Formats: sequence, structure tokens, C-alpha cells
Amino acid sequence: MSATAFASPSDPPAESLLVTVRGLSFHRGDRIIFQSVDLDIPRGKVTAIMGPSGAGKTTLLRLIGGQIRPDAGRIEVDGACVHELGRKELYQLRKRMSMLFQSGALFTDLTVFENVAFPLREHTRLPEHLIRTLVLMKLEAVGLRGARDLMPSELSGGMARRAALARAIALDPMMILYDEPFSGQDPITMGVLIKLIRTLNDALGLTSIIVSHDVKETASIADYIYLISEGLVVDHGPPNALEGSNSAWVEQFLHALPDGPMCFHYPAPAYAEDLALREEPSCD
Amino acid sequence: MIDGLQRLGQLTLGWLNRLGRATLFLLRLLGAVATLGRRPGLVIKQLYSVGVLSLPIIAMSGLFVGMVLGLQGYANLVDFGATSSLGTVVALSLVRELGPVLAALLYAARAGSAVTAEIGLMKATEQLAAMQMMAVDPFARVFAPRFVAGFIAMPLLAGIFTAIGILGGYFVAVKQLGVDSGAFWSQMQAAVGLVDDVINGVVIKSVAFGWVANWIAVFEGYDAIPTSEGISLATTRTVVNTALVVLALDFVLTAIFFGV
Repeated sequence: MSATAFASPSDPPAESLLVTVRGLSFHRGDRIIFQSVDLDIPRGKVTAIMGPSGAGKTTLLRLIGGQIRPDAGRIEVDGACVHELGRKELYQLRKRMSMLFQSGALFTDLTVFENVAFPLREHTRLPEHLIRTLVLMKLEAVGLRGARDLMPSELSGGMARRAALARAIALDPMMILYDEPFSGQDPITMGVLIKLIRTLNDALGLTSIIVSHDVKETASIADYIYLISEGLVVDHGPPNALEGSNSAWVEQFLHALPDGPMCFHYPAPAYAEDLALREEPSCD
Repeated sequence: MIDGLQRLGQLTLGWLNRLGRATLFLLRLLGAVATLGRRPGLVIKQLYSVGVLSLPIIAMSGLFVGMVLGLQGYANLVDFGATSSLGTVVALSLVRELGPVLAALLYAARAGSAVTAEIGLMKATEQLAAMQMMAVDPFARVFAPRFVAGFIAMPLLAGIFTAIGILGGYFVAVKQLGVDSGAFWSQMQAAVGLVDDVINGVVIKSVAFGWVANWIAVFEGYDAIPTSEGISLATTRTVVNTALVVLALDFVLTAIFFGV
């Protein structure tokens, strides 16, 4: 099953789409990660890509970011086919997009300030006083201006994620890819991150793609949701539309039901057979 | 028998595959080295890390090796009344072989392993991926500065090892065992040639060892499986492979420069 949002005549025109994915197929070894997947990411919106662990959500972000190449299909970001670009062109495109990694991926030998200043120092020739002003503005936006001199090892998980977010917006990108931004966070930090992502998206005119399996939190800020599983787009639509979906899979995923079409167990031989409980044939 | 051959074939293919990847890595690394002229600060920072911080172990090891050479040389030469040649024995041993070889082995253990572990951890914690997503090439920002710094540091460390080793030999021979100081230095001066021994020995060998030791260290970090075990294995491989390659290369260079 493949799906394409915004494909009907009433939907936004192509130029309002920042990312388009068509016929995406990708596999690792014998395992199919994506099978002819289509999806669209509109400009200026928060689009969530959700699904169970191992569904390929992070892989999709890496495909959009050009870190890996698809086996088939086409991924366009702002009109450029990501996997057909040379290294120079790809790096030019990446200057306009950012990615917030699950671990934060802060440079451990640099302070919070230097981490946020890193992309500015690499890609601009701004004077030091201007870099300082910009870094402090970004840190203020995520509430970490006071933590500028701390090393990443001195930050909590939530603070590290926020510092990484400040670094991600340092160059004022057109798009941010969020990889599991809420995982492992306490409720307060999660609430802060949720508000921050939405606020930054609207205030800076960004396009946000959030990969997550935190249903409630992600749905609360997403404009549009794609649900993926077993290499396919299972369903898609605005959060309230998905709430009313008739799909048993969507019902199970959105409401975290233990029973449904999604199996808890990894494929395995029969339990009794594995435990050698089957009766041995009698010799009589 | 067939299984054994099959296994041998697989190992050989795996080894060739890895060598191919390491060569491609080196070519891209050399391309990135050209960009360092604009940012010497990156190399200087790494020079401190791989060079200056390696000095204590290099200096201490050089001192002890020189002292041992002094003792062993004296014990053998005294029977022939040739202790005045002790300076020559110590200097030639260090300049031609022990200086560059031991400095390279110590460098691999102290700095090479650290470079591999650092790059491997950067990979495991997605720092390299983050850098790529920020449109910053890790080859130019991370790998090339470490490679160049190590390449510059290695001959300097080998020179320091050799010089301190000679001083260690002098201390034992002259100050402790009573060998004549004038004979120690003058015989050394007469026997050790600048081109034949110093250039062909410590200089060319340490440059060659610096090249392979740093290539291996940076490549192993880049190629490490991003897990605790993977980084541990990569670090071990750096030390073991560098030791083997340095010793084999030493034989080749010795055969070229000093072979009969």
C-alpha cells in the first residue's frame, strides 16, 4: 500500500511542497525497509512520521538528508533530487536543512556555546561579536543562555537535546528533521520540547519533520501525520482525521492496544516446539 | 580440506576488500589535506594532542633504552678492550633501528589508539553524522588534521627518542662505567654519517612509519563498528596492525638502505 497526501485537486499545489517522495524502495540485506512509498511534506508545517520501533522512521530521515541512497524511487527536497546531487551540491542543500539527532550528537570536546557557534564558524565569515550575539539569541530561544559555558557531559538529556536544537537553528534553516526528539525525556522536558518545536516552526517559518513513536505528544503539534509500518504508509492525514480512522492497525497504534494486527512477537517457531514440550513418539 | 581452502579464500577476499577501502579512504583523505592550509589551527591543536602529550612516554622510553644499550654494549665490549666504541654502538643502534621503530610502536600505543577511539566514538555518538548534516566534511575537519599532525609529530618524536637515548647511553657509559667522554663522542662522530645513517635511518624510516601509523589509526576509527565492542576491536587493531606493518616496513627499508 502506498499513499500520497495532497494529491487531490483540492490539495496545495506542488510548489507548496518542500519534500516529495515517490516510489521509494530501500532494503537492508534481505529485509525490506520501504516498498514503493510515496509521501509529501508541505512547507511551513509540522509533519509527523510515526510508526512502531524498527519501522524505518530514522532511515527515512537519513534518506531525506541524503546520508543514504534509496534502491529505487525519487526523493526531492526543494526541487532537488537529493540522491542525484554531487557532494558539493548536497552540502549546499544541507546548509539549508538541519537534523536533530536522537542523542543530540553534540561535539563532546566543545562547550555549549562553541557547539552552537560551530555551523556559524564553518559556513560564515561573521565577526566574533556577531557570532556571540547570534549564539546567545539561539540559546535564549531554547532557554540555555545561562548554560553556554557547560560541556555536553554536564548537561541533562533534555538540556542536551535543547542545546542541539539551538545548534540546528543556528543557520536559520528552511527545514529541521527531528529524530525521536521526545524519547527518554521526563514529562516536563517533553512538554518544553513540544512547545519549542511548534513555536520555532511558526516563529522562524520552518518546515519540520518529526519522527517519533510518542503518539499523544507528537499528534498534539503535528499538522499532518504519516503512519508507517512494514515498509508501507499505512495511513495518513491530519491528527483528528486519523483519530476517526476505521483501520484496525491505526486503532491499535494510536491507542497503544496490546491486541491487533501488529504482532508483539518477532517471527519464531512454535513456542511448544522451541521448549521441546512436544510428546516424544512412543517405542511401543 | 575444501572447507579450509574456502575459509582461506574468504579471509583473503575480506583482507583485500578492506585494503581497497583503506586505499580509497586514503585518497579522499589526501584530497582533504589540501584544504588544511586555510586552517592551520586544526592541525596545531592535534599536534598538541598526538605530539606534545606523547613526549613523556617517548622521552622516558628513550632514556631507558639508551641506558640499557650502554650497559649491554659495555658488558660485551669490555672483554675486547673496545669500550671506546660504545658511543658508536649506542648511536648506530638508535639512529638506524631502535629510535624510529620503538618510537613508532610507542606512538601507536599512546596516540594512534587514542585517535582511533576518538573517531570511533564520534561515529558511535552520531557526531560525524551530525557534522555531515551540517554540511561539514569530516575528512577535512576531523580526519585530515589528525593524519597530518601525526605525520609531522612522528619524525620529531623519533628524533627526540634517539637523542635522549644517546644521552642515556652516555650517562651509563661515561658517568657510571668510566668510559672516556672524548672517546665516546669522537668515535660516534666519526662513525655515524648524516646521510647514510641519520637520513636513511631515523628520518626516512620515521616518515614512512608516521605515514602508515596515522593512516591505520584514522582509518580504523572511521571504519569501526559503532558499538563498544567495535571501538574496542578497532583500537586493538590499530596497535596490532601498526606494530606488524612498522616491523615489516623496517625490514624492507633496512634491506634497501643498509643491505649488503
